[in-house]
Amino acid sequence: MSPQLAIFFILAALSVLGAVSLIFQKHPIHSALSLIVVMVSLAGLYLLLGAEFVAAVQIIVYGGAIMVLFVFVIMLLNAGAEEHTNISKIAGIAGIPLTVALAGFIAAAIARSNESVQTAAQNGAVASTKAISNLLFKEFVYPFELTSFLILVAILGAIVLAQRENE
Amino acid sequence: MIPTNYFIVLSAVLFGLGVIAFVFKRNIITIFMSIELMLNAVNLAFVAFSQALGKLDGQVFVLFVIVVAAAEATVGLGIIILISRNRRSLNVERVDLLKF
Repeated sequence: MSPQLAIFFILAALSVLGAVSLIFQKHPIHSALSLIVVMVSLAGLYLLLGAEFVAAVQIIVYGGAIMVLFVFVIMLLNAGAEEHTNISKIAGIAGIPLTVALAGFIAAAIARSNESVQTAAQNGAVASTKAISNLLFKEFVYPFELTSFLILVAILGAIVLAQRENE
Repeated sequence: MIPTNYFIVLSAVLFGLGVIAFVFKRNIITIFMSIELMLNAVNLAFVAFSQALGKLDGQVFVLFVIVVAAAEATVGLGIIILISRNRRSLNVERVDLLKF
């Protein structure tokens, strides 16, 4: 087994464990910490794929900004452990076979292809950040400007939603 | 050399776990976190295909997905704060005004 494949399996196991832990933890703050494990291991996988800019953005934006926002809201609302309620019968009877069927369809579709990706160690770890910025500011400049507008609207929406009405 | 299949299978597994968390969790904040997990799974597939095809467009899409996820988290958490203020609970079973 090549070292790249070993690193892939370690990071993949870590991310799947984090996702399973997100489901089984009762307290939302523990779920948030498991989600941080998933995001950091995904950043490691991006580095393995040679996408170092995306890995850095993943750590800064997801692991930093978004998860801090989540933890902040959990602590602000003083969210306690999850109340246990019984799952509806339809979800139990129809949901599990449908999930298995979905997984089967995806696995069948994936099993037909046999491509391979170059990991960073093999293609000489070319710094792709310059190429990404060229693409982002030339070809995708219109959607890029639209995202700044989207963020502005999101900020305004958050302020309007969270403010107290004081008449 | 790692086969692309492995990355896509991992992406599908993470997406499936996100769907399961979305359906089975009762806390609205945890449901929101499972949406973020699904977006992350899709990002992994984007980056893997971007490397497999030798084009960087996939990585640009990932940046857009991250920006949209950040905007969505901001507005969503604002709505969650509003719900907890009005209903005094974070359980989605209690938010059943539109339930028939």
